[in-house]
Amino acid sequence: MLLGPSLGLSAVLFSLGVAGVLFRRNAIVIFICIELMLNAVNLSFIAFAQQLGRSGQVIVFFVMAVAAAEAAVGLAIMIAIYRHKDTIDVREINLLRG
Amino acid sequence: MSQTEAVFWFFAAVSVISAFLCITRRNPVASALWLVNTLFALAAIFILLDAHFIGALQVLVYAGAIMVLFLFVIMLLNLGRDTGTDMLGWAGRIVMLAVGALLATELLVLARVVPDQRFVLPAGTLARITEEQGAVGAIAAPLFRDYLIPFEITSVLLLAAVVGAVVLAKRRL
Amino acid sequence: MPATVGWVWLVLLFPLAGFLANGAISVLRLDAKRAVTTIGVGALVLSFLVAVAVMAGLAGAPADAPYVLSLWQWMPAGRLEIELALQVDQLSAMMLLVVTGVSMVIHVFSVGYMGEDPGYARYFSYLNLFVFFMLVLVLGANFPVMFVGWEGVGLCSYLLIGFWFENEAFANAGKKAFIMNRIGDVGFLLAMFMIFQAVGTLSFIEVFEYAPRAFAIGGTAITLITLALFVGAIGKSAQIPLYTWLPDAMAGPTPVSALIHAATMVTAGVYMVARANVLFAMAPISSFTVAAVGAITALFAATVALKQWDIKKVLAYSTVSQLGYMFMGVGVGAYAAGIFHLTTHAFFKALLFLGAGSVIHALHHAYHHTHSSEEAQDMRNMGGLRKWMPLTATFMWIATLAIVGVPGFSGFFSKDEILAATFARGHEAAAFYVLWAVGVVTALLTAFYMTRLMIYTFHGPNRSGEKEQQHLHESPWVMTGPLLVLAVLAIVGGLINLPAVLPGSGWLHHWLEPVTELSAAYLPEVHLSHSTEWVLLGFATLVAALGIIGAWRLLKPAALKPAREAPEETGIQKVLLNKWYVDEIYDTLIVRPIMWVSENVLWKVIDKGIIDGFGANGSANLARAMGWLGSRLQTGYLGTYVFLFVLGALILLRVVTGWEL
Repeated sequence: MLLGPSLGLSAVLFSLGVAGVLFRRNAIVIFICIELMLNAVNLSFIAFAQQLGRSGQVIVFFVMAVAAAEAAVGLAIMIAIYRHKDTIDVREINLLRG
Repeated sequence: MSQTEAVFWFFAAVSVISAFLCITRRNPVASALWLVNTLFALAAIFILLDAHFIGALQVLVYAGAIMVLFLFVIMLLNLGRDTGTDMLGWAGRIVMLAVGALLATELLVLARVVPDQRFVLPAGTLARITEEQGAVGAIAAPLFRDYLIPFEITSVLLLAAVVGAVVLAKRRL
Repeated sequence: MPATVGWVWLVLLFPLAGFLANGAISVLRLDAKRAVTTIGVGALVLSFLVAVAVMAGLAGAPADAPYVLSLWQWMPAGRLEIELALQVDQLSAMMLLVVTGVSMVIHVFSVGYMGEDPGYARYFSYLNLFVFFMLVLVLGANFPVMFVGWEGVGLCSYLLIGFWFENEAFANAGKKAFIMNRIGDVGFLLAMFMIFQAVGTLSFIEVFEYAPRAFAIGGTAITLITLALFVGAIGKSAQIPLYTWLPDAMAGPTPVSALIHAATMVTAGVYMVARANVLFAMAPISSFTVAAVGAITALFAATVALKQWDIKKVLAYSTVSQLGYMFMGVGVGAYAAGIFHLTTHAFFKALLFLGAGSVIHALHHAYHHTHSSEEAQDMRNMGGLRKWMPLTATFMWIATLAIVGVPGFSGFFSKDEILAATFARGHEAAAFYVLWAVGVVTALLTAFYMTRLMIYTFHGPNRSGEKEQQHLHESPWVMTGPLLVLAVLAIVGGLINLPAVLPGSGWLHHWLEPVTELSAAYLPEVHLSHSTEWVLLGFATLVAALGIIGAWRLLKPAALKPAREAPEETGIQKVLLNKWYVDEIYDTLIVRPIMWVSENVLWKVIDKGIIDGFGANGSANLARAMGWLGSRLQTGYLGTYVFLFVLGALILLRVVTGWEL
């Protein structure tokens, strides 16, 4: 029974991802941290799937598809921003400022 | 401690250490590669949890495709050079680590959850299904029966993402 | 229900259709004068014919209960159920005939009088609309339907007073009438609310049936209700203190003054009191108030009429005065007498106004030919007109004799009946003798000012000017024809209700009995001995003769100067000429303080200060401040958003985990 330890690991990895997002400024690295968080969540799904049925695995399948789509679009946006501003430092990108 | 548990804890340690290094390396390429290491460790844990097909996908799609995409972009933007740290100062790090630690504590509280026994399958059910239907069949059956429509919608999503990526990244249409 | 009574909705339909058709012609600016005339007058002729049929049907049927023609459910709301229903009984049928008949005659007259006005179609559409609403008022089977007509005639009155709205004074006169009517309408509305609260219904039949059980005789509730109703009547029928709009209403075309502001609309208050006779009879205090206000108004308006120079102003104050008589009649419980005077007054006052209209029309044309800007309505510019306008002069003399109360003419009988009814109640309280005396003095003044009007207009030397005299001529037949009809009615109108001492008496009295019998139980039985009645008749004749002869002897038309040369008046004459300064007093005591409060308190403090400052601009500033704060939050930096997002997630997690570790 690895449910408890798996969820714990998931929690630790997720928190590491959040911490990374919080204190990195490079958009690519922030992106990487988001992938880390997604995987932490996937781990929870897989752990629950072992006890509650295969639906959890199917959800993980969908998460991966969404992650792939997100990576493609997100990285494309980053390229576009880099072309525009010559940097991907999030401190330099504040188009949403009110 | 059974053999399975020992393997689990090994990969758990690998994934946590890799993740920590991933978020602390100054060079984005190093970060990406440490993430790949984390993903491999997680793939191993997935297999331990009777998700063989997902484990394979983890390696193929994540470590293979998505991370390659990341590396391509990093190289495309020429970010591999050492351009000084992009991390916050010491005060910022302490605050962020505090926030992260707090979040971890919260989540660990949630991790103590015990599923309702009425829904829990008999031990080894998933392993048995995998044995009977094969690693692919175990996930293909629900995917193409119960989740057919979401599956199809996912394909549309991926198509939209492809078009979107091309439109955004292309210099001139 | 007799078949013809069922046709009563047609009476409403024709004027409404006429209004729509003429309104369309007016809005589309079609040049179709002949069509306008046909539609406008035709609608009224058809309406009048149906009214005659209804009357005939009603006369032939056993008249136990009123016939109610329910058209449709109008306002079902909980306990309140209001139907759009028409009530045909003796009272409304009588009014139906008077309204459609007089309206028809005046419509015909208008064809000549308004023939050259550019707003011909608009005029006829308004006039038809007025007749429609007046008929709704008369036929309504419950208070709300009556109120619809009540408001509708007010609207038409406003539209027609301000018919020549290019003239600011005329437009203001319209507004004045409208606002004063509104003040009265508040009373009407309050009365409706109180009736519904007390009785639980607003239908006439039910209210009058349940009233004896719902109210104590002379109780506070019934007194308040009837006083509130009377406030409505005061506004509509131009009694003290809300009478000042009626003289100003003469700004409208003269046929309008004849129809709306003399014959029909202003008598709505009298009709309403007669309609609600049960309620008024149960409230002696209110009834006495009605009679007293009527008597005071009658006397007051008669004194003002003594000294007016504008021919229409004299007639306007005369109308106010005669309305006072009617209220005196219904106030002392002589409802049939009130309606009788209403009917005869409709005939002779319409005749007087139309005659005045004929005179003004002629004078206006004369001045128009010579490009003079003299006042065509000022009697000082008239004089000796019988030489040029013999027909008009004759008819107006008939009307004058009728209103003065010369025996044989209609006004004599109706006025006498009111005075006799007032006198008869004198044995209850001396106050009724005072009212009677006031009525007699008013009759004397009426005889005086009416004779004065006739002398200055038609007798003595002509003062309109040498050149103008060549252009003076009698009005065309389309105007004198209606005068003839009304003159006949003004003579014979009295026959419908001869005094008790004459043979074949009291037809109207008996006719209205089904309506008035409900209240008979609450009124003291009054009987005058025949000898007393003869004495009263004789006395009335004496008073009328005294007034006429007095005016004839005292006034010297030969010495009168035209308006532009007239010397300044002095003393009491000046006070009367200025109508006792009532308008000025109202202006100082009510209008100016309200204007001052409106400007300095309501506008500058409440509207600009509180509503604008705190409400409109305040909320806008608050929203702007919140927006500014919110925009400060939007730094545009990813770090801020993530940080806040994580903080939010932390709080949510604390909630999910139930605040436990």
